[in-house]
Amino acid sequence: MKIIVCIKQVPDTEAKIKIAPDGRAIDDAEINYIINPYEEYAIEEGLRTKESLGEGEVILISVGPERASTALRSGLAMGADRAIHINDSLLDENDPLLVATILSKAIQQEGYNLILCGVQGVGTDHYQVGPILAELLGIPHVGVVTKLQISPDKAVAHREIEGVSEVIETPLPALFTAQKGLNEPRYPSLKGIMMAKKKPLTLLDCQHLGLSEEEVNKLKGKALIIKLELPPMRPKGLVVQGEPSETVKQLIEWLQKETGIL
Amino acid sequence: MDFSFTEEQEMTRQMVREFAEREIAPVVMEYDESQQFPWEIIRKLAELGLLGILISPDYGGSGMGYIDLAIIIEELSRVDPSIGLTVAAHNSLCCNHIYLYGTEKQKKNYLPLLASGKKLGAWALTEAEAGSDASAIRATAILRDGQWVLNGSKLFITNANVGEVAVVLAVTDKSKGAKGISAFILEKGMAGFRVGKKENKLGVRASDTAELIMEDCSIPQENLLGKEGEGFINALALLDGGRVGIAAFSVGIAQGVMELCLKYSKERVQFGKPIAKFQAIQWILADMATQIDAARLLTYRAAYLRQQEQRSTKEASMAKLYASEMAVRATEKAVQIFGGYGFTKDYPVEKFYRDVKIATIGEGTSEIQHLVIARQILE
Ligand SMILES: Cc1cc2nc3c(=O)[nH]c(=O)nc-3n(C[C@H](O)[C@H](O)[C@H](O)COP(=O)(O)OP(=O)(O)OC[C@H]3O[C@@H](n4cnc5c(N)ncnc54)[C@H](O)[C@@H]3O)c2cc1C
Ligand SMILES: Cc1cc2nc3c(=O)[nH]c(=O)nc-3n(C[C@H](O)[C@H](O)[C@H](O)COP(=O)(O)OP(=O)(O)OC[C@H]3O[C@@H](n4cnc5c(N)ncnc54)[C@H](O)[C@@H]3O)c2cc1C
Repeated sequence: MKIIVCIKQVPDTEAKIKIAPDGRAIDDAEINYIINPYEEYAIEEGLRTKESLGEGEVILISVGPERASTALRSGLAMGADRAIHINDSLLDENDPLLVATILSKAIQQEGYNLILCGVQGVGTDHYQVGPILAELLGIPHVGVVTKLQISPDKAVAHREIEGVSEVIETPLPALFTAQKGLNEPRYPSLKGIMMAKKKPLTLLDCQHLGLSEEEVNKLKGKALIIKLELPPMRPKGLVVQGEPSETVKQLIEWLQKETGIL
Repeated sequence: MDFSFTEEQEMTRQMVREFAEREIAPVVMEYDESQQFPWEIIRKLAELGLLGILISPDYGGSGMGYIDLAIIIEELSRVDPSIGLTVAAHNSLCCNHIYLYGTEKQKKNYLPLLASGKKLGAWALTEAEAGSDASAIRATAILRDGQWVLNGSKLFITNANVGEVAVVLAVTDKSKGAKGISAFILEKGMAGFRVGKKENKLGVRASDTAELIMEDCSIPQENLLGKEGEGFINALALLDGGRVGIAAFSVGIAQGVMELCLKYSKERVQFGKPIAKFQAIQWILADMATQIDAARLLTYRAAYLRQQEQRSTKEASMAKLYASEMAVRATEKAVQIFGGYGFTKDYPVEKFYRDVKIATIGEGTSEIQHLVIARQILE
């Protein structure tokens, strides 16, 4: 079974975000980049599927700048077999339609039985690449999956919806997006880390995928980021202490004076 | 000059850091209070290959080097010095002694078990009457009817209870002094070999420290490790690597407390502002950051030299001396910055303050490091 896992490199969720001078991107000078956590679940699921079927190949694909190869190497260190890095100055890894189209070209060239993505890319949080990709490939898609059982020709996926679990059966090939809770991703072992460099990592650009500059530009910019703003600072809270008769008085006073709510 | 780590080294650091924060941090105090050995964590470390860091894959190890070893011990100690010390002693002393000086048969017999963590290893030099003056050990090994018979006892041995393989140093020819000491591989269950008193310690309480006792312990002749009479010389060479480990242990602890101090001093408000706004606190933090970097540079230089198989005795001692003394100061300042809270077990700096002190004692006290360095520069 050919298992494709699409991964994005994203800013560390603990990174302190600053906005770049142009006001439309984040300043990446001091940012540590990691594999999108939702895609760690996807990689883990791919590896487990291969292990439980006793055969198969796990191939990682990422669209991103040069640094994205680090994320691919980390995925190889976890145990994936090989990786494809699509890097081209024409591309923008934060444009969902563009990324999904590029991925669909590469995945069609590669061939596939199963495609796994993260439910969202942290940071931009579009929730779009997986569904668009499935649509472009003309295959079934189940999103926000928390449990997945793959057999050679079909899959059973569980997803949490309001108050209940929904269980969906689909033939393969199909695409699934991984939600937190799908599994516990493994840590790469030292051996895995040492082997990662020896595994194939193929570099592709738009030309390799048969896309001209004109075609790429036509896909771009269906949605534009006009401006980024940091969320407003959380206003200071109030802790009221003492007897209820006291604290109620304090609270009322605060609501009147400081907030104007009363 | 290139100060950057390789991509693999960065990945290793990130992996160990994540592991330590997720799997070790939540249970650190529990193990410290109960003085239990953290088997569950050690087993997970074994799966990740952290118990065979320096061993070649031919013997089931991870095939990494001294820089990687330092990275791993630094990151583990940043969260739990006890685990850092356990991993350091197992890898850089026990495993490495067999790996560097063992026969092919010994390596095939022991390394796969040690590197996979199926068995933990101890390394026993110190005795009650021979600590700093390690060549004054009294344990003896006598060849009798094709068997080595060992007698004596070893004190303060890391992994003495939990380890199933021990490298033990003993005198084989009293007339030759340091050149009459040899190393042996002992296994738990051998007749006449047992564990004595377990120490109740100030710090690194989840690390196992106890006495090992040999009473007419008879072992096969082939369990001699390295050449007869070269045990002590090999041990000194081994300690060049071991001291890099203790330096990394110290850097990790200091880094851990500094991060805690940066966070705390920005949150703790006195006199109407976060205490990080006071110059007195800023001075402490700036000194900490500077000295940690200095220690880290010394540590990784020593690791690098050792990796290149260049002479590193002086550099390893300098790294160990400076880093351990620096880390003791850093933890003391950390308790100070935390004020009354730092004195309690509800905040993590109290434990670091206790754990760090082994760094200026184990694998040669600070005074002994001074002697080693002085001898090298006066040579
Ligand atoms: C937690 C822990 C784990 C350990 N693990 C191991 C292990 O796995 N294997 C092992 O073999 N050993 C181990 N040790 C032993 C450790 O290496 C010794 O404790 C250390 O070498 C010091 O020896 P000592 O305790 O006998 O102190 P002593 O040698 O008695 O030293 C006492 C003091 O005198 C000073 N001193 C001694 N000689 C001189 C001198 N010439 N000039 C100036 N000052 C001097 C020392 O610096 C020290 O301050 C461990 C110890 C501890 C506490
Ligand atoms: C075992 C124990 C027993 C105690 N017993 C008593 C008791 O019986 N009665 C009682 O009332 N209290 C008692 N205390 C409380 C003790 O007096 C306080 O812990 C101490 O005054 C420090 O206050 P703090 O812990 O809030 O630290 P903080 O005031 O928060 O100080 C944190 C750090 O910031 C520094 N700092 C604060 N302000 C400044 C500044 N302006 N400039 C530079 N640095 C600054 C401090 O020096 C310290 O390093 C006890 C504490 C302990 C640990």
